Amino acid sequence: MSVLMAQQDIRTHTIAVLVDNEAGVLARVIGLFSGRGYNIESLTVAEVDAAEHLSRITLVTSGTPMVIEQIKAQLGRLVPVRKVSDLTVEGPSVSRELALIKVVGGGEKRIESLRIADIFRANVVDSSHDSFVFEIVGKTEKLDAFIKLMEPLGLAEISRTGVAAIARGNTAL
Amino acid sequence: MSETQLNGAEIILKALADQGVEVVFGYPGGAVLPIYDALFKQNRIRHVLVRHEQGAVHMAEGYARSTGKVGVVLVTSGPGATNAVTGLTDALMDSIPIVCLTGQVPTHLIGNDAFQEADTTGITRQCTKHNYLVKEPDRLARTIHEAFVVAGTGRPGPVVIDLPKDILMGKAPYVPAARVKHRSYKPQLKGDIKQIEQAVELMGKAERPIFYIGGGVVNSGPDAAKLLTSFVRSTGFPITSTLMGLGAYPASDQQFLGMLGMHGTYEANLAMHGCDLMICIGARFDDRVTGRLDAFAPNSKKIHVDIDPSSINKNVPVDIGIVGDVAHVIEDMIRVWKAKQVRPAQKALAAWWGQIDQWKGRNSLAYKATDTIIKPQYAIQRLYEATKDRDTYITTEVGQHQMWAAQFYKFEEPNRWMTSGGLGTMGYGFPSALGVQVAHPESLVIDIAGEASFMMNLQEMGTATQYNLPVKVFILNNQYMGMVRQWQELLHGSRYSESYCEALPDFVKLADSFGWMGLTVDKPANLDDAIRAMIESDKPVLLDVHVDPSENCYPMIPSGAAHNEMLMNSEDTAGTQVSDQGMMLV
Repeated sequence: MSVLMAQQDIRTHTIAVLVDNEAGVLARVIGLFSGRGYNIESLTVAEVDAAEHLSRITLVTSGTPMVIEQIKAQLGRLVPVRKVSDLTVEGPSVSRELALIKVVGGGEKRIESLRIADIFRANVVDSSHDSFVFEIVGKTEKLDAFIKLMEPLGLAEISRTGVAAIARGNTAL
Repeated sequence: MSETQLNGAEIILKALADQGVEVVFGYPGGAVLPIYDALFKQNRIRHVLVRHEQGAVHMAEGYARSTGKVGVVLVTSGPGATNAVTGLTDALMDSIPIVCLTGQVPTHLIGNDAFQEADTTGITRQCTKHNYLVKEPDRLARTIHEAFVVAGTGRPGPVVIDLPKDILMGKAPYVPAARVKHRSYKPQLKGDIKQIEQAVELMGKAERPIFYIGGGVVNSGPDAAKLLTSFVRSTGFPITSTLMGLGAYPASDQQFLGMLGMHGTYEANLAMHGCDLMICIGARFDDRVTGRLDAFAPNSKKIHVDIDPSSINKNVPVDIGIVGDVAHVIEDMIRVWKAKQVRPAQKALAAWWGQIDQWKGRNSLAYKATDTIIKPQYAIQRLYEATKDRDTYITTEVGQHQMWAAQFYKFEEPNRWMTSGGLGTMGYGFPSALGVQVAHPESLVIDIAGEASFMMNLQEMGTATQYNLPVKVFILNNQYMGMVRQWQELLHGSRYSESYCEALPDFVKLADSFGWMGLTVDKPANLDDAIRAMIESDKPVLLDVHVDPSENCYPMIPSGAAHNEMLMNSEDTAGTQVSDQGMMLV
């Protein structure tokens, strides 16, 4: 029964983790995921409270409900972890990702890339005679769609931040 | 400056003393010399000099598991730390509280591939509950106090503190333990009372219930075992235990079905398979216990009590998962049970016991005794009879002898049984026995060993001699890595690839060379005398028992099989086809 269950119902979850910003804390989280065979689809981390030395890690992972519960419990028992919140199930949330995308080329393709960037509200943050660097902010799907459209237009390099996410409404982690 | 400044090494010893540490198991080296110098200048804390750092950690494990205290290890940088890794992993898997101090090259050399440098916090991150690298002398006392809290509370485990040499020489004021509060670490002790009420309600309705307990009961402390025993008796339910839980419930009690799992009793495994309510307390549904997961206790509701939330629903989904300390939760269960005046379903329970007694009738631990050759099971039975009325502690190595010890030695109380369950570390039992003997100098401490396992850490014989630790090593010598040979017989057409130990030493001469007493026995008729001589000696003794080299450990759930698909003896094995999936399992 559980073997069957393990193959069904795999969903993507965004998990916010508040941690003490001490040496090795990120290695602990990443080591937990690799050691136990969990997926990391995206991971962002930065200090969010300098006075309290707190960092926030936003993880996007996927798994069955049982695996997701395991991931949260395993994260929760790391000593420097203060809070674990599953933004996917604990009410509505907003998530954003930023990407810098370099498109190289000239002629029609160059003009077309600029036109699509305009539609996607991507900004040009660097330009040369034969290249653009676009900056785009949005949900992961929007970035994916934009990148796909840039592929035939001279897509040369992508730098993505990974997802940052936060719950809607007046509650705080 | 208002506060007295101490150097780092002095701070460490003061902090250890404040934590109630009596003994440290260690081995010196360049990076920890300042600590050894500070040790030399005081007489509050004893140091036991080991012969290999792995031995130090196992000694600390034996010390911890037999006392309930945190075991302390001190090793140098580089190889000192890497040699400790197996012991640390063992302690992590079996939830044993250890604080391991490792030396490190001075902070300005970290990352330079300095002499005897290893990235100790990097290497031990996955095999400790937590680890620290101390980079300021000011953090030292605080870190040590915090480490003891992390190691010893919640689900216990090993904690490493990596100590660069300049930190040991640097000066700082001392911070007492009472002033240290951890920011995020707060294990949950009390269980959710609503869930406990639901659990008790299920117990009142159950027709075929079973308690399945594990090492968490032992770790929760002696009160937990007492509360559990009284609660189980008031329910009248059958109870089985994992390898790690043995002794938490008295083995001689009528309700006890023996150990469950791969080499558990027929009645314990079939009762697990047929139960309608499983009450799992401080165990973790390990693969040695569950067998094939999709056929594990298929028609049961499951209650799981564990202090570690990540143990709940990890391998087996349960109906009620209660996060909390075993003693606290059982205390509440007893209260609710009494308050609600729960009466178990007596008629159904009587029928259930009728069924269990039938299974017991199979006498699954039976073996064919002879008077020409010593059967290993017989050896343990005789050892048990000779030592059961004494103040005895038993440790084991890993393999067939370990399973026979678990099957045939009956433990009546917790903390008397030290074995490597999760990691399965050959070489664990002997140093562990030394740690137990350090903690209980007047008690009888016996390592039930196989010759192959004993050879993995026999250098600690020197430690026993140096500190006058009169441990007894009871070797069931079959000249094979018995469990490997058994699996080769079962799974690989009896091709005994590299499982025969050629060139074993003369164990009597070996014992002699370390100043021990060495004995050997190969006839059943002489066994009792040999055991008596071993017990009565006030020296460390190595008793080399030559046992039947072909004996296998039964009953057995073969890999990939379910609880109700047990092999009872070697005749049973003949027609067995282990599935391809089973072949892949360890």
